Amino acid sequence: METQTLRKTPLNAVHRALGAKMVDFGGWDMPVSYSGLVDEHHTVRNAVGLFDVSHMGEIEIRGPEALRLVDYVSTNAACRLKQGQAHYSGLLYESGGFVDDILVHKVSDTEFFICVNASNQEKDFEHIRGANKFDCEVEYASPKYAQIAIQGPKALEAIRDLTDSDLASLKYYWFTDGRFAGVPARMARTGYTGEDGFEVYVAPENAVAVWNAIMDAGAAEGIKPCGLGARNTLRLEAKMALYGHEITDTITPLEADLGWIVKFDKGDFIGKAALEKQLETGLTRKLIGFEMRGRGIGRDGYEVLVEGKPAGWVTSGSPSPTLNKNIGLCYLPIAHARPGEKIEIVVRNQPVEAETVPTPFYKRKK
Amino acid sequence: MSYPENFRYTKEHEWVLLEGDVATFGITDHAQRELGDIVYVDLPKVGTKFEAGKSFGSVESVKAVSDIYAPVGGEVVEANELLVNSPEKLNEDPHGVAWLIKVKVSDPAEINNLMTPADYEAYVGAEA
Repeated sequence: METQTLRKTPLNAVHRALGAKMVDFGGWDMPVSYSGLVDEHHTVRNAVGLFDVSHMGEIEIRGPEALRLVDYVSTNAACRLKQGQAHYSGLLYESGGFVDDILVHKVSDTEFFICVNASNQEKDFEHIRGANKFDCEVEYASPKYAQIAIQGPKALEAIRDLTDSDLASLKYYWFTDGRFAGVPARMARTGYTGEDGFEVYVAPENAVAVWNAIMDAGAAEGIKPCGLGARNTLRLEAKMALYGHEITDTITPLEADLGWIVKFDKGDFIGKAALEKQLETGLTRKLIGFEMRGRGIGRDGYEVLVEGKPAGWVTSGSPSPTLNKNIGLCYLPIAHARPGEKIEIVVRNQPVEAETVPTPFYKRKK
Repeated sequence: MSYPENFRYTKEHEWVLLEGDVATFGITDHAQRELGDIVYVDLPKVGTKFEAGKSFGSVESVKAVSDIYAPVGGEVVEANELLVNSPEKLNEDPHGVAWLIKVKVSDPAEINNLMTPADYEAYVGAEA
């Protein structure tokens, strides 16, 4: 495999030393699994797993009008965030399609920290900079950060002793800045697994030491390194969108069942007019979950049939290790995008029975 | 895991064991590790005929589905029933109980086109 041209995180050598299976993930040389996808998946649902997500991008927006820029380029209402709070949001084109899905963190009234998808980071930066009519400083900050996710019901126990910050009191989707494993860090109670957990941002030169400190601190809780394979099955069970699958530049948040991240009453934002028009004329298609009834797995890109005729496509599909079923998400005409519809998915030229179901497939106990 | 001396190997990571004019096909340990947790194995029915290099079935893991290719041509005489309900055996014992199919070969000489264990190990080493 040609690895020289792939981008590497500061933890690349650590993954290789751990015997990880590495893959080209959107131009990044990333670990897809270590002990095995299913084992890692269960580790996160039952104990705690550690993920290197340093390939994710960061964009920082600063200035007196930082809030106005963030609210102009994103769909959720940043004006309602408190200092130290974060939320999920969308970055849209005027067409209403997604540039990316993002996590917006309010550092202060004049500073926002945005976490974006690895393969979209340059595009996102250019998009925000192009919309910057508020004289803000927009910084492409990815080189300043490595990101490590600690996810699972035992995440807090695994890492609480590594910091003086009160992680136990940190609420879901809040963050705090302090020291973690002896180095400056941003610690957010966020994640992409459907479990409790944290995402810790540190300087790249500290990533290896922080990773090793977490592995040591979490040993008693059974912590294991987990790869992008488990990250994908975990997020799918929790019905969290993946760019390029559920959301693309031709899919709107309303179609993606993400209406909750669109706040029409907050003022103007890029894509608002298109979404309002879509509401007015009515949606023609929508994302819906399904479970396979016949033998087979409906995977990304597979055709979906309603009454034997092509009607939609699968965006993500996989065996669910937690539920022991084959699950997935698909786009269907609005009339059929509701639970209880009998559909078929064309698996390798063979229609296989499936049924639309409510989502998320998995929700953790509070 | 070592690669049995009496097997021959393909670039697509299948193995074949020829005994008389009947060949047993499987996938290699390297293949099962690359695939990860295997959840389905689709195999052809007895009587199905194919040429060397043609896809005769598929192996599906949690992550993805992969075609499997015939190391030599022939006609299926038996498919491994074990894999219908226990596909995970392919992760546990790919060179043993989790063989895929047995084939009456049309030209035993085709096996000479395949890799020896030493060649295959070098091939897998270079690929990794």
